[in-house]
Amino acid sequence: MLTPIILKNNDIPKFSKSVKFKFDVQRNKWIINAPERVIELNESAAEILQLINGKISIKTITNKIKNKYVHTPEDLILNDIIKLLQLLADKRFVIK
Amino acid sequence: MKNQYIEIPYAILCELTHRCPLSCPYCTNPINLEKKSNEIDTNTWKRLITEASNMGVLQIHFSGGEPTVRKDLEELINHANSLDLYTNLITSAVLLNEDRIKKLYDSGLDHVQVSFQDDNSKSGDKIAGYKAHEKKIKICKLIRKIGLPLTINAVMHRQNLHNLENIIKMAVDLDAERIEVAQVQYYGWALKNIEAFLPTRKQLDITTKLVNRYKKKLKGILVFDYVVPDYYAKKPKVCLGGWAKRFINVTPSGRVLPCHAAESIDYLEFDNIKDKSLAWIWENSKSFNEFRGSSWMSEPCKSCDRKEVDWGGCRCQAYALTGDPYATDPTCEKSPYRKVLDKPLSAVGKKIIPEFKYRKIKVKKSIFGIGHNSKKNI
Repeated sequence: MLTPIILKNNDIPKFSKSVKFKFDVQRNKWIINAPERVIELNESAAEILQLINGKISIKTITNKIKNKYVHTPEDLILNDIIKLLQLLADKRFVIK
Repeated sequence: MKNQYIEIPYAILCELTHRCPLSCPYCTNPINLEKKSNEIDTNTWKRLITEASNMGVLQIHFSGGEPTVRKDLEELINHANSLDLYTNLITSAVLLNEDRIKKLYDSGLDHVQVSFQDDNSKSGDKIAGYKAHEKKIKICKLIRKIGLPLTINAVMHRQNLHNLENIIKMAVDLDAERIEVAQVQYYGWALKNIEAFLPTRKQLDITTKLVNRYKKKLKGILVFDYVVPDYYAKKPKVCLGGWAKRFINVTPSGRVLPCHAAESIDYLEFDNIKDKSLAWIWENSKSFNEFRGSSWMSEPCKSCDRKEVDWGGCRCQAYALTGDPYATDPTCEKSPYRKVLDKPLSAVGKKIIPEFKYRKIKVKKSIFGIGHNSKKNI
């Protein structure tokens, strides 16, 4: 049986075949198209997800993001990113 | 003046055909099924899909009947895919084979949803009126082998709820990503068969506990969507997010509806995509504006603080059960009509289960053209 994914710093996340992440011009928002649902993303979530390309790790994504949040400790940023991606992994939208 | 409640629609469900080799007695298609000769052609569907995309629709569901009886299915999926729509195929799977699944994959299909009637062929095939179960298992394995994401749609009721645990295990074994535990909703065919399907309160409570347990246990493995029979609810369901708010349904003959059961409100007139653009229908069709927003409401909805949460519940159900389409959905505890549920609920759990009234198209000879139908289905 399949085992659930638990994401860690060095994992390289990517979107699963069942979802499509895209910018929706009509609503002026980034969205995830998923089976029987559409998830509309806020700006910070969209910013993180735009960096997912199946090539870079969560740690690298954090490094790219952290410059924009100079007053927030890096650990906190990393935790938030893992939290977001884990939520999507629990729904099988993100894999590694 | 433009109605302030007109939003951008999210999803469109295309019932490509009402032809289907199965004859499930809870089919969500209307009682009056369309014949093949009334079906709209490929170019009309393609125009509709282009218009839907231009309006901001994000997801397209190809459904039926059995959508795979249409030979142009791949062409339509390919067209939707080229417009960046998320494409979902809702199928019984019984007419598929490896070659066809590959073609669907190559046309850019994003997701497949296969319905199951039970966890075993004896009961599953009886409900479907067709030797379907084993074939579905075989096809689901091929769907995953070829690499398409899969949802199992388990249609649940008093005669199969005790098998839900096995159905969940079956979904995991089939490597589905998602399961819809969908209790029968009582419209059309299902309403004709309500005594055969409506579960007892006890069955429902056991099911809810089971679903919640497995939701936790299978986190990250199987995603659950759970639909309860609203006869037991205190608050009505938010039907499709509100009438004409997010969703469009198109029938095989091109009639555009705010929900798949809308034709059961028999005094409404629906516009056809053959005559009008989709955007015109969405904004101006009388049937869409009839229950859009909350200004049509009467009491107790009108002064209810949930009026723009659940939008008065389901219009089709209100009409079917009370004869008044403006009435509060009788599944709401505030509804003065709540007692209309007493009759079906008092019949729940009766020892003698009535025979199924199977779905069938009202014609003398078979119009399916696929030669699989037993006599009773024709």
